[in-house]
Amino acid sequence: MHDRHSPAPVLIFSYGNPSRGDDALGPAIFDLLDQRQRQTRDLDDVDLLTDFQLQIEHAVDLENRQYVLFIDADVSCAEPFELRPLQAERDDSFTTHAMSPAAVLAVYEQINKNAAPPAYLLTIRAYEFGLGVPMSAAAGKNLQQAFQYVVAGRWLREAQTQVFKNIDPEHIAEKNL
Amino acid sequence: MSSALETAANPQDQTRIVIEPLTRVEGHGKVTLLQGKNRNIVQARLHITEFRGFEKFIQGRPYWEAPVLVQRLCGICPVSHHLAAAKATDMIVGARELTPTAEKIRRLMHFGQTLQSHALHFFHLCSPDLLFGFDDEVRHRNIVGVIEDYPEIAKQGVLLRKYGQEVIRVTAGRRIHGTGAIPGGINKSLSLDEIHYLQNDIAQMIDWAQGAVELIKKVFFEQYDYHVAFASIESNMMSMVRADGAFELYHGGLRARDHTGKAIFDHIDYTHYNDYIREGVKDWSYMKFPFITSLGEDDGWYRVGPLARVNNCDFFTTPLAEAQRLEFMAIGKGLPIQSTLAYHWARLIELLHCTEAIAGLLGDSDLMAKDLRTKGELQSSGTGVIEAPRGTLFHHYEVNEEGIITKASLIVSTTNNNQAMNESIRKVANQYLDGHRLSEALLNQVEVAIRAYDPCLSCATHAIGKMPMELNLLDENDVLIDRLEKRVTGQINRTL
Repeated sequence: MHDRHSPAPVLIFSYGNPSRGDDALGPAIFDLLDQRQRQTRDLDDVDLLTDFQLQIEHAVDLENRQYVLFIDADVSCAEPFELRPLQAERDDSFTTHAMSPAAVLAVYEQINKNAAPPAYLLTIRAYEFGLGVPMSAAAGKNLQQAFQYVVAGRWLREAQTQVFKNIDPEHIAEKNL
Repeated sequence: MSSALETAANPQDQTRIVIEPLTRVEGHGKVTLLQGKNRNIVQARLHITEFRGFEKFIQGRPYWEAPVLVQRLCGICPVSHHLAAAKATDMIVGARELTPTAEKIRRLMHFGQTLQSHALHFFHLCSPDLLFGFDDEVRHRNIVGVIEDYPEIAKQGVLLRKYGQEVIRVTAGRRIHGTGAIPGGINKSLSLDEIHYLQNDIAQMIDWAQGAVELIKKVFFEQYDYHVAFASIESNMMSMVRADGAFELYHGGLRARDHTGKAIFDHIDYTHYNDYIREGVKDWSYMKFPFITSLGEDDGWYRVGPLARVNNCDFFTTPLAEAQRLEFMAIGKGLPIQSTLAYHWARLIELLHCTEAIAGLLGDSDLMAKDLRTKGELQSSGTGVIEAPRGTLFHHYEVNEEGIITKASLIVSTTNNNQAMNESIRKVANQYLDGHRLSEALLNQVEVAIRAYDPCLSCATHAIGKMPMELNLLDENDVLIDRLEKRVTGQINRTL
């Protein structure tokens, strides 16, 4: 178990707007993971962070990590969720308001002059993003499956082996690491 | 200064060019250019649909929830909405004057918010092509050469932002979803430890902010004529100023000046903003088009934000920012600065002011006092206006006897700049559109013009991945005749 005053080896960073329908998937999984971390030792070596959006200052949160998992809502990924590795990539879009996780990695490398820690993106399938709209039932179901997958540590095993299998919801809740 | 946007004759004879970002979430920006027979761009339309539902989101909720609730409206500047809502609810609870502690902590929070927001532009200076654009290799080489003398700017930009976030965390209680401001005041003062924590780094922040202003001046002057002319438009400007004319972000009267600097109105009590500003509606946009009532819809549009604020104020209260303001204003030779790219310069002068102002406030013992809240006789409505990082932000609520908000009216900063952004895009498009064939230069320069205003395109939510753009050229029969696509890798392909 790591010293809570220093960064944990693993960072799980989930993000989104809690009041934007399924965009709440990011903060919702943060709440579930945070509760699990407080109640059990399942996530002892993990730091949990959440925010509305990714921005340049989040590059600082990646320092001294062995692995980073970003979690976001996505309308185009497969159900219930997908995991994929990330590569650092500069963001040159026309707005400064939000960054991709790959762009945050690029900022990390820019300011630290070394490679970013291995990072992965878990996208949870989302459907509806209306302001003030509650999370859809389908997204809520995907959220629960993604939560079990993360808590079980499957993402980390797939990251360590670099074998990203299709997710079988029937076998998500494997034994914890 | 009449607008040609809505005056295109015989629209059936025009050619429409659509620049559309491809995102996972519907509702982000889209640019449509309408080309006349003489190949001039006669209309430019930046479509922003993200502001739909803001007012409905607030209506039906108790007024005391508003300062927390409205932070959900915007992921990039939630504190601006938080404070505007707090000011509106101050009026509702009859708090005519806040305690010194409450006002100073709110101001500190607001300086932190503006600092962290503006620091993003400092960071982006390390990629000057994003902010200033390049239309030839010589310019590119010269400006990159200037930037190379500042190898630490990216890190400084990140750490300045981080510092601003810490100011917000300390004053609002949390990094996000803070509850610092409440109707009639604030919910906590600062401890001596918190003040010392923020004081530890503030001298460094001031130093970096000074460096940022010096750097952007060098970049601006490196290609002075080009930067002055790019997307430059003659506009009115509106902002808040203090009673003595000083630069003001938190509380003051409204001042509007025309493109020559002549006063249109001054020191207006913002609770009567409806008497001076109206909102036009276009059938092609969800976003409204505010204009100064006395000038009418065609001539009354205006700009807000850093460029307007620095142009409009008589002085800064902090010495380093004031010295920079004087240099800035000197290029106008007595007239307001109308260069759209000067937004970036003005933004960094404001960044410097924020660091100085934070340093000053951190030495004020009122921050630790315990008199946090005032109230008076309940009112049926309230208006809160602040200068958000991107410009003037209006919140107006009406409540019933149970304290439920029955009506909410918002004008966000980007809406205030709506027409001005279209005008700047049109200016750029006329310069870079070569006949009926789209070019990478056109697409890039339209993006540069948009970035100068830093519109709140993603108020609603983050967007996964970058925001690639698609540039379509349609003829008068809506037949696609050319298309450029900017992929997530930044690669631009002709896809037709």
